[in-house]
Amino acid sequence: MRTPSTLNKTKRMFRILLLGLLLLLGLFSFSFAADTLHVRDSLQSAINNAPPGSILYLESGIYEQETIYVRTPGITLTGRKDAVLDGGSERAILIIKADNVTVKNLTFRNTGISFRHDFAAIEVRNAKHFEIRKNTLEKNFFGIYLSEADSGLVVENSIKTTGTREANTGNGIHLWNSNYVNIEDNYIRGHRDGIYLEFAVHAHISNNISEHNLRYGLHYMFSDKSVYKENIFRYNGAGVAVMYTQNVTMRDNIFENNWGPAAYGILLKDIDNSVISNNIFRNNTIGLYSEGSNGVDIHNNLFQQNGWGVKLFANSTRNVFTKNSFIENTFDVATNSRQHNNTFKSNYWSKYTGYDLDGDGIGDVPHRPVRLYSLVVQQNPVSLILHRSLFIDILDIAERVIPALTPETLVDSTPLIKDPLK
Amino acid sequence: MNTLKLIKYQLRDVLRSKWVFLYFLFFLVATDALFRFGGDGERVILSMMNIILLIIPLVSIMLGTMYLYNAREYIELMLSQPVKRSQLFIALFAALVLPMSTAVLLGVGLPFVWQGAIFTHAGSVLFLIFMGISLTVIFSSIAFFIALMTEDRIRGLGLSIVLWLFFAVVYDGLILLFIYFYSHYPLQQPVLILSMLNPLDLGRIALLIRFDASALMGFTGAVFQNFFGSTRGLLIVFAVMLTWMATPLLLGFRRFVMRDF
Repeated sequence: MRTPSTLNKTKRMFRILLLGLLLLLGLFSFSFAADTLHVRDSLQSAINNAPPGSILYLESGIYEQETIYVRTPGITLTGRKDAVLDGGSERAILIIKADNVTVKNLTFRNTGISFRHDFAAIEVRNAKHFEIRKNTLEKNFFGIYLSEADSGLVVENSIKTTGTREANTGNGIHLWNSNYVNIEDNYIRGHRDGIYLEFAVHAHISNNISEHNLRYGLHYMFSDKSVYKENIFRYNGAGVAVMYTQNVTMRDNIFENNWGPAAYGILLKDIDNSVISNNIFRNNTIGLYSEGSNGVDIHNNLFQQNGWGVKLFANSTRNVFTKNSFIENTFDVATNSRQHNNTFKSNYWSKYTGYDLDGDGIGDVPHRPVRLYSLVVQQNPVSLILHRSLFIDILDIAERVIPALTPETLVDSTPLIKDPLK
Repeated sequence: MNTLKLIKYQLRDVLRSKWVFLYFLFFLVATDALFRFGGDGERVILSMMNIILLIIPLVSIMLGTMYLYNAREYIELMLSQPVKRSQLFIALFAALVLPMSTAVLLGVGLPFVWQGAIFTHAGSVLFLIFMGISLTVIFSSIAFFIALMTEDRIRGLGLSIVLWLFFAVVYDGLILLFIYFYSHYPLQQPVLILSMLNPLDLGRIALLIRFDASALMGFTGAVFQNFFGSTRGLLIVFAVMLTWMATPLLLGFRRFVMRDF
């Protein structure tokens, strides 16, 4: 027998069940909205229609259309590797103007080349917390262009082009006024500057390879408090140049094979209070070039087979060189003045000819790394033609015995007998 | 036929005295030692370059002068025979230059063969040896010229040492002086020409451009590299080398033919 009370009970239960079902359905439909939207063609309208937080998955194919803008925050753009965004050689490809946007696993190619606009494959403009990961960029003017874009990641991208002239080639990764950006594990080749930073404070740049770029592998200005580690910069037209910056740490990087009339392993201009340690400078015209840089701590670096290991201008002061290895450079250290306010101590010099009688690993005779000939070449580059001449060797020995022209203060009074890096 | 026979006699004479073997052994030991002290092919070539540039001109010019002075009686004897003066001259020169060049070729080449570096550095080693032999010929012919021009043995030897010093040291000093004196002018071309007038400098630069990458330094280095690295530059180098071999030899030969022994 059913009583009204029991009937009410079943009704209530049924209601609860219905409510639960509805709730579940609602939840399901909501999660469906946040799930992947598959995109085949009109990418721009798909992006415009996508609610915040959606993932857009691009199917294979070539997407050649007007420049694409992302204005919705939280969008993730991803897709098959053969989903190609093509700029048709006449425009920028993707411009991100919203926070929390992710671009992943896509291929970008053929931006336009312009002398008035900085067309880029991926541009982030005035946005935060972006993530650009595992993309392939080919034949673009600028690769990744960040302006006023903070706190983002640029990771594991491959950025290649085949530039021939500096004027019609842009930078691989370009930062302007962007702070707290991490640039890691990228490969950059053939651009004007591999990585370019201007007003990028607290940047963290590691594990990148930047090679065969037309101008600099790495080029930064006014980018204080940044860290550069474990990168490789090689075969770049002019090596690496860094300027007007303080409190930078550069360690465990490799700078090699930068040959040319104006090529440098690294060029420091007005770099203050920074640390350069454990780097390798090998086969460069000039390993480390320092002009107007003060208070830089340079230790445990290897300078090997460079034309000039270190070229230190007298307007650089309070720099300290310790425990570096200078091995088979044509000139270990060159300078332009007899007056000097830099310190060299406890470095290893393969050219050191002194002895260690008490066997404490420190040479008993101070080492003067500046050869007279390097001074001569500094004043008259043509005299380079006398390199390895017997006359020059005799001149050098005479100068070493009685220094008359080379800087008196530029002396390593505790040269190491053994290479600390071996 | 006569010439060959004369070369044979003269060679036997040269080989009987042991200095060619010593010369050969010197290169052999030096090259091999450089390998054993942990150098790879490239470093050995670079070190050998210094040795070759220093030793070969000095030894060639000294030995060459002494050799011709010592052969004085032999020459007089031979000239009383039905032998042409030109034949005798060629024989004398060949018998000096052939063993010395062979000493350089084998002394430098053999260690590269048994150390196995010849396969990876064939071009460089051959170029090095070629330069060594060229310098041998050049300085031997200068030696002949000196020995034929001066009767006095001591004066001849003194002159050969002074000439070597001039080419190896003084000339470069003069170039440096010239560079400082005219430092406000574009000097690349003049300095290039000046250094090509000295066979030792020419050899040094031709080797340097090839082996010592750091010589590429800077803009000036690039200019030199462009010149010496090009086929045209290399041809000019060879032409100048040939001129340096031929000129003293021809002058010496003229003197040899005219001279009353």
